[in-house]
Amino acid sequence: MRDIDTTGDINLEDYKVDAEDHEYVDELSKIESTDTEQLLDVGIDTSESDRSGTFIQKDKSIIHCKTRQDGIELMSISEGLEKHEWLKDYLWKSISPGTDKFTSQVMKKPHEGYFIRSLPGVKVEKPVQSCLYMAKEGFSQNVHNIVIAEEGSELHIITGCATASHVMSGLHIGVSEFYVKKGAKLTFTMIHDWGEKINVRPRSAIHVEEGGVIISNYILLKPVGSLQMFPVAYLDGKGAVATFNSILIAGRGTHMDVGSRIVLGAADSRAEIISRAITTGGTIIARGDLTGKVAGIKAHLECKGLILNDGLMHAIPELRGYVPGVEMSHEAAVGKIDQREIEYLMARGLDEDEAVSTIVRGFLNVDIKGLPAGLKKKLDIAISETQNDMM
Amino acid sequence: MLSIEELRVEVGGKTILKNVNMEIPDGETHILFGPNGSGKTSLMMTLMGFSGYKIIHGKITFKGEDITSMPIHERARLGIGVSFQRPPTINGLKTRSIIEICKKNPSMDIEELAEQLNFTDFLDRDVNHNFSGGEIKRSELLQLLAQQPDLILLDEPESGVDLESIVLIGDTINTLMRRGIKYPEYRPHKEIVEDRSKSALVITHTGYILDYITADKGQVLYNGVLCCSRNAREILKWIREYGYEECVRCAI
Repeated sequence: MRDIDTTGDINLEDYKVDAEDHEYVDELSKIESTDTEQLLDVGIDTSESDRSGTFIQKDKSIIHCKTRQDGIELMSISEGLEKHEWLKDYLWKSISPGTDKFTSQVMKKPHEGYFIRSLPGVKVEKPVQSCLYMAKEGFSQNVHNIVIAEEGSELHIITGCATASHVMSGLHIGVSEFYVKKGAKLTFTMIHDWGEKINVRPRSAIHVEEGGVIISNYILLKPVGSLQMFPVAYLDGKGAVATFNSILIAGRGTHMDVGSRIVLGAADSRAEIISRAITTGGTIIARGDLTGKVAGIKAHLECKGLILNDGLMHAIPELRGYVPGVEMSHEAAVGKIDQREIEYLMARGLDEDEAVSTIVRGFLNVDIKGLPAGLKKKLDIAISETQNDMM
Repeated sequence: MLSIEELRVEVGGKTILKNVNMEIPDGETHILFGPNGSGKTSLMMTLMGFSGYKIIHGKITFKGEDITSMPIHERARLGIGVSFQRPPTINGLKTRSIIEICKKNPSMDIEELAEQLNFTDFLDRDVNHNFSGGEIKRSELLQLLAQQPDLILLDEPESGVDLESIVLIGDTINTLMRRGIKYPEYRPHKEIVEDRSKSALVITHTGYILDYITADKGQVLYNGVLCCSRNAREILKWIREYGYEECVRCAI
C-alpha cells in the first residue's frame, strides 16, 4: 500500500537561479540537433509550415521568436511590458505573487516567459507554438506568461515544455495568466516532456468574458520527478465556456498531482473537465473541481483512471453548488482493464497484447480538438512503452 | 466441424457442464435449447476458451484439431466466431475499428456490410456503448459478417430484438450460414447452398429464432447434460406444450 506523498517538498535553495545566455537563432533549422529532437517530442513543428508563430526560450534566453501572420503579437514578456504600458495591469492580476513560494520566486527571480496576443477580431488559422526549454543542470526556470485573446479573436497555442536529455535535475515554475475577452476563443494545448528528476510547478489562471471559450488540453506521457498544478478558470461573462482535457501516463517514480478548477460565475456558462490517467507504477492524483455560483450553469466532470501495474490512482472529483438551479455532475472510475474486454477482442482474432493496446488506445482516445498531427503517433509509442512497463 | 467429447466444466468451483457430447458436422446448424441456468452460455464460452470456464475433463476438436486448451484468439483465427448476448462496452474504440479488426479479407467494404444490417449510423460510435438489445445483435452479426467464421456460435440471437429487426437478423444469420435467399444476383442459388462449409450452434431459450432460420438438428441442455437430440421443431413443440419439465423426465 502506498501513501500519497505530500512531503516531497522542494527546497528552492537547491536550484541555481542563473544560467548562461544562449545565442539567438534566426532559423529554427539552425537549432542544435540534440535540442531539436526534444522540441519535436513536445509538438514543436521545426519546419514552422503549419504554425503562425514560434517562441522558444532556452533556460533564461529567448533563442527564437517570430510571427508569420498579421494580427498576432508574440514576444518575450519583458519586451511586451516595454511595448505596452497597459500590460503591467495584467501582470499578477489573476494570480497573486504571494500565493506560494513558487509564485513569489517568479516575482523575485523572473526569467522571461512569453506574451501572446491575438488582436480584436483576428482569427489565427494556424497554431502559435511556444517552447520553454531547460538545458542547464540544476536550474530553476522561473517564467511568467501572459496570453490575451482580444474580443472576437481566435487563437490556438501549442506549448511544449521539455528538458535536454542530459539534464538530471531542475525546477520549472511557470506563472501563466490567460485573458479571453468577449466572444474570443482560445485553445491552449500543453505537452510536457520532462526528465525523471525534474520538478514542475505551473501556476495558471484564466479569465473568460461573455461568450468566450477556453479549451485547455494537457498531455504528459513521459516520466517526471514531480508535477503539481491546479489551474483555475473563471467564467466571468454570460455564456462563457471552458473545457479541460488531460491525458496522463505515470511510470514508476513519477508523482503527479494534476487537476483544475472551473468557477462558473455567470449565467449560461458551461464547463467540462475530462481526464484520462494511466499509472504503470507512479502516483497520480487527479483532481477536478467545479464551482457553480449562479443559476442556469451546466458543468460536468469525468475522471477515469487505469492502473496497469501497481501505483496509486487517486481521483478527487469535487462539485460545489452555491445556489439552486445549477446543473452539475461527475463521473469517476478507477480500475484495471476488464478481462472481459480483452477476451472479447481476442474472440475477434487479436492476441492478448494487441487486445490490451487496443483497449488502452481507446481509453486515451478522448476527442481532443486541435491536437498537433504528430501527437497520435507519440501516443501510440507511449502506449507500447506503457505495455512494456506492464510486463 | 466440431466435436465435443465427455466435456465436464466448472465455473467458480461449481460443476456447470457434467458430461456433454456433441457433434456438429460440416454445414449443419444445430439449435441448443435449455432453460435459464442450464449451462448453454457456459458451453459456448468454453468452446471459445474464455477464462473462468475450467475444463475438468473431456476434449473439444475443431476441424480435426484439438482446441481444448488453445487460446481464444487462435480459435478465432482457426474459424470460430461468436455472437455474444451481453458483450462489454469498449470506450474509445469505434465500431468501425472493431469491424476492421474482424475483417478476414482486407478488400471487404465495411460501409457495404453495415448497410446490409442498417447499421451505418453506428459505425462511429463506441463499441456497444449504450446500444439497445437489437443494436447489440446487429453489431455482433456485423462483426461476424466481417470475420466470416466457419463455425458460428450465436447466444440468444432473438432476445431483446423487436419484431422488425428479427427478420433482418434472421436473414443475416442465413447469409452467414450460406443459406440465405437474399442477394441471389451475386451467385446462383445452387452454388450458394452447395457450399457446405459453414456450421452453427444457436442457443435459444424461447425458440422464436426458428421462425427465421433453418436448422438441421435440435438438442436440449438441461442441468449440465445434453438430454435430447432430434429435430429442432419437434423439440420446440414439446417445450411449448409442456415446458422444460418434460426434459427432466428425459434427463433422469
